[in-house]
Amino acid sequence: MDKYIEMIRIRFLMMLAYRTDYYTGILIYSINIGAYYFLWNAIYGGKEQIEGLSVVQMTTYVAVSWMARAFYFNNLDREMAQEIMEGKVAIELIRPYNYLGMKTMQGLGEGIFRLFFFSTPGLIIVYFVFPIQFSWEPRVWGFFAISIVLSFLINTQLNLLTGITTFFLYNNAGLIRAKRVVIDLFSGLLLPISFFPGWAQSIMKFLPFQGISYTPSMIFTKGFSHQQAIAAIGQQLIWVIILILPIYVLWRVAKKQLIIQGG
Amino acid sequence: MENVIEVKKLRKEFKAYSSRAGLKGAFRDLFTRNYKIVPAVNDINITVKKGEMVGYIGENGAGKSTTIKMLTGILTPTSGEIIVNGMNPHKEREKFVQTIGVVFGQRSQLWWDIAVQESFRLLKKVYKVSDEDYEQHMQHVIRTLDIEPLLDKPVRKLSLGQRMRCELAAALIHNPPLLFLDEPTIGLDVLVKLKIREFLKEINEKYNTTILLTTHDLSDIEALCERVVMLDEGKVIYDGALRELKEKWGDQKELHFQFLKKVNIKTVQNVTSGLPVEWEVDEKDQTFIAILEDRDELISQVIAKVVAAFKIKDVKINETSTEEIIRKIYEKGAVEVG
Ligand SMILES: Nc1ncnc2c1ncn2[C@@H]1O[C@H](COP(=O)(O)OP(=O)(O)OP(=O)(O)O)[C@@H](O)[C@H]1O
Ligand SMILES: [Mg+2]
Repeated sequence: MDKYIEMIRIRFLMMLAYRTDYYTGILIYSINIGAYYFLWNAIYGGKEQIEGLSVVQMTTYVAVSWMARAFYFNNLDREMAQEIMEGKVAIELIRPYNYLGMKTMQGLGEGIFRLFFFSTPGLIIVYFVFPIQFSWEPRVWGFFAISIVLSFLINTQLNLLTGITTFFLYNNAGLIRAKRVVIDLFSGLLLPISFFPGWAQSIMKFLPFQGISYTPSMIFTKGFSHQQAIAAIGQQLIWVIILILPIYVLWRVAKKQLIIQGG
Repeated sequence: MENVIEVKKLRKEFKAYSSRAGLKGAFRDLFTRNYKIVPAVNDINITVKKGEMVGYIGENGAGKSTTIKMLTGILTPTSGEIIVNGMNPHKEREKFVQTIGVVFGQRSQLWWDIAVQESFRLLKKVYKVSDEDYEQHMQHVIRTLDIEPLLDKPVRKLSLGQRMRCELAAALIHNPPLLFLDEPTIGLDVLVKLKIREFLKEINEKYNTTILLTTHDLSDIEALCERVVMLDEGKVIYDGALRELKEKWGDQKELHFQFLKKVNIKTVQNVTSGLPVEWEVDEKDQTFIAILEDRDELISQVIAKVVAAFKIKDVKINETSTEEIIRKIYEKGAVEVG
């Protein structure tokens, strides 16, 4: 376990080494939150509520979604693709650890870094700039915490899956980009799931994506009732467990037919 | 003595894709691609005993790196048996890699953006090395390789030679009983090379570490390895003592002549006509090289004739270098082991 914790620390250090990325990140997130805030204000016009969310809840939803994204989001798929294409996985395979486990830890290191140096200060700023409503109930925060950890896991698992496909497709840049768009769209980051047409909602119920953003954000904005929140978290958990299987199978197959690029 | 590496009929095939010509061909390639199956490693057998230092040599593309990748459990063999340190590298990967150290000269295993010592610290945790062991062993390694001043620098700021010394240290953090080195001296200057050789000798003596080393610098092999395994197109063409290889193939001498006056190669050849001598000219410094069998009377005869015919500035008698021997074998593509 020691080694996995050490890996989180190393990733932390690497994030510090690339501080400029991090500053531009803050800028991009602020612009996004601002843009969506004005967009939603325009859409709401004078209306009290749309699909059960008030305009204040909506603003909170947007702010929290983006801040949560800072935690669960990572580029593990792209990193893996690069490591595989350049043949660097060779080095990973001569280490006595589980490559995918290590990658997850790197993602976690990155997530924790952004949670402390990005989401937390960001959320405080956003709190003062935009009309946002925070709940101070410990239960809401507790559920939210559990939920974003599960978001992280689901998102990371999807990234690992996409990353592993590099072994089979060699160049999967297109797939990685497509996956990103699908997640941004169907996770509820850009639009709460309840705003989708009914038929789309019923399809998405059977997909893992809403567990990434919609669930934690709805919990935080109290758009979910207590029961709904528990059910949604349960659903996230089920997806985390289900996704283990394809990862395991694909990884086994990939290792068998692995070809290392370069001498 | 116990065998550290046992390889039987080891084989690795790669698919070599070829593109069809023309637009029509490109279109067909979209659906079915032509490929040939090429054996990069072709049914080789190798056994290495504990404490041996073995030089693994061969031309570019002979299959050396591919073999090492299979021995270290990175690649799955197409067929054949591998037992290294008593384990099947691919089956028990996590347990197995704990017992080996690997350096790939052409790719770094340190984390690019962080200080060297952070990488070391992570590897120490990864290999579960205790503080005492680390102190005792690594202090020594760090001192011998002279990398103390580099430890707080990020890897991307190191020169190649500096990095390579750190790579070697990193591969030794858990003091493995078996070390694979794939071109560890590539692109290094003479001093760093010497330092690395000294160091490898030292750990081999101190811990009886088994070392398998590939290199294109034969002086590495001469300095370190008693045994060489030579590979050509995936097949082992020689496995035995370096000394024997030299005795068998190095049965020639070279006489280097420099003359005071300008001399034509034809006239030189005429002087020794009738004797089994081949002449070469090194245009740069006008040296005439006679290549002949290593027989005393033949050598004296040739020298006598040449000295009688021309005014001499300089004469040297050289043994054929290992380079030369190996080059000849590569050209011929086989070794008759007598
Ligand atoms: N990923 C790959 N896909 C297809 N063919 C490969 C691959 N890797 C290696 N080969 C082929 O296998 C053969 C052996 O390659 P290998 O890298 O083992 O050579 P080597 O002996 O290490 O050569 P060098 O001295 O140049 O490092 C080569 O012909 C190479 O083209
Ligand atoms: Mg090689």
